[in-house]
Amino acid sequence: MGGVAVGDRIYRGVTTLAGLAIVALLLYIAVEVFTGGWPVFRKFGLGFLTSSAWDPVHDVYGAAPAIFGTLVSSAIALVIATPLAVGTAVFLSELAPRWLGQPIAFLVDLLAAIPSVVYGLWGIFVLEPMMRDSIAPFLQNTLHLGGLPIFDGVSYGPGMLAAGIILAIMILPYISAVTREVLMAVPRSQREAAFALGATRWEMIRDAVIPGAKSGIVGGIVLGLGRALGETMAVTMVIGNAPTISASLFASGYTMASIIANEFAEAAGLHISALLAIGATLLAVTLVVNVLARWLVARVGVRYT
Amino acid sequence: MKRLLLAAAAVMAVSATAGAQDLTGAGSSFAAPIYNSWAQVYAAKAGVKVNYQSVGSGAGINQISEQTVDFGATDGPMTDAQMAKAKGGAILHIPTVIGAVSMSYNLPGVPATTHLKFTGPVLADIYLGKITKWNDPQIAALNPGVNLPNHGIIVVHRSDASGTSYIVTDYFSNVSEAWKNGPGKGTAIAWPVGLGAKGNEGVAGQVRQIEGALGYVELAYVLTNHMTYSLLQNKDGNWIAPSLEGATEAAAGTAAHLPANTDFRISIVNAPGAKAYPISSFTWILLYKHQANAEKGKKLVNFLRWAMQDGDPQARALEYATLPKNMKQMVLKRLAEVTY
Repeated sequence: MGGVAVGDRIYRGVTTLAGLAIVALLLYIAVEVFTGGWPVFRKFGLGFLTSSAWDPVHDVYGAAPAIFGTLVSSAIALVIATPLAVGTAVFLSELAPRWLGQPIAFLVDLLAAIPSVVYGLWGIFVLEPMMRDSIAPFLQNTLHLGGLPIFDGVSYGPGMLAAGIILAIMILPYISAVTREVLMAVPRSQREAAFALGATRWEMIRDAVIPGAKSGIVGGIVLGLGRALGETMAVTMVIGNAPTISASLFASGYTMASIIANEFAEAAGLHISALLAIGATLLAVTLVVNVLARWLVARVGVRYT
Repeated sequence: MKRLLLAAAAVMAVSATAGAQDLTGAGSSFAAPIYNSWAQVYAAKAGVKVNYQSVGSGAGINQISEQTVDFGATDGPMTDAQMAKAKGGAILHIPTVIGAVSMSYNLPGVPATTHLKFTGPVLADIYLGKITKWNDPQIAALNPGVNLPNHGIIVVHRSDASGTSYIVTDYFSNVSEAWKNGPGKGTAIAWPVGLGAKGNEGVAGQVRQIEGALGYVELAYVLTNHMTYSLLQNKDGNWIAPSLEGATEAAAGTAAHLPANTDFRISIVNAPGAKAYPISSFTWILLYKHQANAEKGKKLVNFLRWAMQDGDPQARALEYATLPKNMKQMVLKRLAEVTY
């Protein structure tokens, strides 16, 4: 008896320590990044977050275009990926025959295993020419959307929309996998009850399955969003890397993660502080987005208790 | 094939140097292939193992200043403020090899055998966004008989901070007051116009794909990938194609006018000399003038001396331009001044 109690206590101690270590590590990283970026926050104040100037030669730094680019490219990714991913998950869990569903599920999961630099290369050699020669002309000339500010101007290939599309493909497997799991967790009785009430298959999915899985689906979207905000390499390769804020999605942009990856190796002095300040800002933005998303998940609520 | 031989040399080096004291260096990624190659060959020859980490010039300067490495390496010279902060006293800049940058473009209507001609001021104006069309009168005047399209110039530059950008902006600053007082020179630049692409391969990829694109790419990359290149007018007024020899000539032309006590923190862009290629630059190794650890210090100086005297074949194999003879003499003399 005594031996078990001691073992329990050790086990409790070890797991508590492991849990606290994660918290301590996160706090330590946050503190290091904020103190490293402090000289820039002190020098530019809030202007760092609102200014568009990014000039390492003259030591003038503003993060607005990078914050804008991170949020916009992630938003594009969510808009494209969410319906596709949820649609895929519904098909796989509700409609697909087993022989078809399993290979498709496997292939979708495989998308998550492709290194981001490979996505980037695909972006440069396949997506960018497609943007330039097919997607942009289609949007502007066939759909006559060129008058909208977001589809204004010439597309050379790289730009905000290309980055958003790449990100959409990258986060799709995360959203889809989580959604599939929660859809499958909806009790079978729920579906049978809907059928018993005379619902068609579509009505059953819409009214009996998806509402119950809503909070889980939102959770999956949040997971994908987190990945989109922090994705670096693939985005850097296709976004055009210009620290400008443009309404047009065909224009070049920049993201916070890209600036850090591009410039950290050669940075010195205040430039390093500026990059750490970008890192701190990215941390803060990610935190805010996550808190908002969790609040959203809590509001959506769980239907089955 | 040459790389295979180098790899074989590396394997032999490992077996020959067990227990040897290491020299460590860090910095420039542009120069990393040649430093690693020299290290491999030298280890096999002298039994001294040199460990080089390609961490970027900025990090190289930091590490030598903090004395965490035996030597640093950079593509842009240290500033006076940086030199003053170095913890081990006076720092020597030792030029090792020369890098050159060529301008590559994508104009399907211009035959591959026709190399477009540019002057420095015209290039600077393109990168400033002042010249925006390929058939601009200023470009047309330099290229009589070439059918230039009425197409926008899509400017491509590096997005990652890089020594290649430093060389190009050093050149633009040299030939254009507007550039010097505007964006200035550095490894990371607030580019007035254009697309940013990561690495030489990124810029090359965009230039290849986008009709009307103009970008700058490291010479070695252009040579090995057979890309288009333009002729540039050098200080003496001649039209020069980018080449390793042209880069060496740029250093020779500059060295001829150097005072004997130069600290080698010199730019060789737009250098004098009939055959000098204008967008060229040294890359430097940084070491303390006084070596606190005499044994290590002597090993380091011997390594650098060997690289100066016997290192050209490795440099050529990797498409780096080598230092001209007059320059090497000056460097060897400077190495003799290291104290222990």
